[in-house]
Amino acid sequence: MSTLTQQDTFQAFLAASPSNFPSVRTTGKESFISQGLPAVKAEEYKFTNITKKLESSIQNFSPALPLAVSAEQVKSALIEGFEGDVLVFSNGSFVPELSSKIEGVEVSLLSGKEDTALGSIAKPNKDVFAALNQASFQDGIFISVPKKAQIEKPILLLSFNGANAGQVVQPRVWIQVGDFAEVTFLDQSVSLGEQSYFLNKVVEIKGGINSQINYYRIQNEGKNCVEVSNIETDIQKDAKFTSVNLSLSGDMVRNNLSLNLLGSNSEGNMYGIYLLNGKSHVDNHTNVDHTIPHAESNELYKGILADQSRGVFNGKIFVRQDAQKTNAFQQNNNILLSEDAIVNTKPQLEIWADDVKCSHGCTVGQLDEEALFYLQARGIDKLTAKGLLLYAFAGEVLEKIEEESFRNYAVGLIQDRLGSKF
Amino acid sequence: MLSIKNLHASVEGTPILRGINLEVKAGEVHAIMGPNGSGKSTLASVLAGREEYEVTDGEVIFQGKDLLDLAPEDRAREGVFLAFQYPVEIPGVSSTNFLRTALNQVREYRGLEPLDAVKFLSLMKEKMALVEIDQKLLSRSLNEGFSGGEKKRNEIFQMAMLEPTLSILDETDSGLDIDALRIVSNGVNKLKSDKTATIVVTHYQRLLDYIVPDYVHVLYKGRIVKSGTKELALELEEKGYDWIKEEVDSATV
Ligand SMILES: Nc1ncnc2c1ncn2[C@@H]1O[C@H](COP(=O)(O)OP(=O)(O)O)[C@@H](O)[C@H]1O
Ligand SMILES: [Mg+2]
Repeated sequence: MSTLTQQDTFQAFLAASPSNFPSVRTTGKESFISQGLPAVKAEEYKFTNITKKLESSIQNFSPALPLAVSAEQVKSALIEGFEGDVLVFSNGSFVPELSSKIEGVEVSLLSGKEDTALGSIAKPNKDVFAALNQASFQDGIFISVPKKAQIEKPILLLSFNGANAGQVVQPRVWIQVGDFAEVTFLDQSVSLGEQSYFLNKVVEIKGGINSQINYYRIQNEGKNCVEVSNIETDIQKDAKFTSVNLSLSGDMVRNNLSLNLLGSNSEGNMYGIYLLNGKSHVDNHTNVDHTIPHAESNELYKGILADQSRGVFNGKIFVRQDAQKTNAFQQNNNILLSEDAIVNTKPQLEIWADDVKCSHGCTVGQLDEEALFYLQARGIDKLTAKGLLLYAFAGEVLEKIEEESFRNYAVGLIQDRLGSKF
Repeated sequence: MLSIKNLHASVEGTPILRGINLEVKAGEVHAIMGPNGSGKSTLASVLAGREEYEVTDGEVIFQGKDLLDLAPEDRAREGVFLAFQYPVEIPGVSSTNFLRTALNQVREYRGLEPLDAVKFLSLMKEKMALVEIDQKLLSRSLNEGFSGGEKKRNEIFQMAMLEPTLSILDETDSGLDIDALRIVSNGVNKLKSDKTATIVVTHYQRLLDYIVPDYVHVLYKGRIVKSGTKELALELEEKGYDWIKEEVDSATV
């Protein structure tokens, strides 16, 4: 076991958990203790030594208290052209006075909703950080979109995170979307301050029959952020869930994104871009579980890695014995822009059914020199030419974002990063 | 306009160009012919600035500037245009966005205002008509899924948009049917003026009926071994290259 968990501060941290959700927390704590922080060679964290990172950068394992956030800060963080409702969080705590009242959607603190089945989707025994969050989160948010509600405007989950001396921020989000309801979430974080902090986030999403859910996320935290997130979704028959995850920075980031297709004719899409520089390390572990026949999943992750950055992709697809007529596609493509950048990619298909259509593939390569020369030979400078090619590479994912302001925002961030506007 | 002196170039240590000398003046058309593998595309690529070719000796002066000193994009901006023998397919990059970026960077270099969307589109229309290229092709990704002939036509379309001073056409005629050849040649001829020059690299005399050269050069084993007028091309058409090869090979023994 890690030395970190034996420290007094860590023990005190666990002991000081809030008193609500007692049985949920007990389960979380037991699960955390039995799993322990990942050992150096732990299979699931083989390329992402998160324990070592936490030991070196999180000196003061204690919950980060909410910071004062102003209406100005909220306003300036808003995406250009965004028209929707905003829910504001400060170090994981909901800030109602800065948040919109969303018509037709129930939003409340988790502490007021103790019958919520926390941990029933993102199960604590599947990941030790989900367990840690479940044991010790401060308070969280409960969002319920009622049956047949069609929420036209996107809902922005805007988080301001920052802490002193390496504290811990543990957001906890529960989203339930009723049968036939439709909703789009944008998940965006802003890092405050320069100090290292640990962001350990859990989002559970429960999609009803024929529900349509989009979950778009931009990870553009500061270089001081060590992050693990567990986002897990259950959807029922005829439902559709689409996730687009854009990772642009962070010190060490681990995303566990899981989708359970629980009803026939359900469709799950997971798309992602990781565009990294410096020493950023981003690890996307995705998990799709086909348990029933006639469901479909599509997955496409693209990585662009510069400097000494590191990307990890691990995509698991399970097709259970009953899941005949499954369509499952998975693809991961990477471009390395420097000799020091590293990517580890591993698709994992486990198929027990025999009448299915599944495919997967991964590539790691460099920028196409022929194409680069062709563009330069037409008068385009090298930086812009590279930008055009990389943007084209990422474009296949960007076009999956249906919410226009968010897509434009993502495009702008990527263009800025690639050093040119075109 | 262009002065090439004693140009030597290698790829991965293997010498390909072994002392090229060529003078091109404004208003002229030069044809470069020669057997496969003699270094024609290498010469074109070296002029355009492809990095994998290492210039080991000699100089290239273009309008008073040392061309070999310039980055590929600056050569293009100075007015050198290479129509590629094998144009590259670039999925995800729209033809229009690409051309607009290119044109505006070239214009900026030449001290001109960028073209706004409206002016750009009307210029595109005008030049599309010149090479009779289908609008549908240009709404796709750059060269993606184009036939060989469509790619060649797109090269000439780009040339028309960028209005180069020196155009180097590397086997632009290969694979074209006679109609396409006529259209492409027509486009090239319309873009010619007494201020521009053209180097056409070709295998076939056929093209030279349409784009009439002032000079014809034969490139063999990395050197220009024979120069003449358009009659030389007809002679090569009739007799092939063997007699030239023999002349050269026996002289060097
Ligand atoms: N990138 C390259 N790498 C290795 N060899 C090359 C490369 N480009 C050209 N060559 C060699 O240089 C010689 C000349 O090629 P090229 O210039 O394409 O001839 P041409 O265009 O006259 O047919 C050939 O022997 C060819 O194999
Ligand atoms: Mg050639």
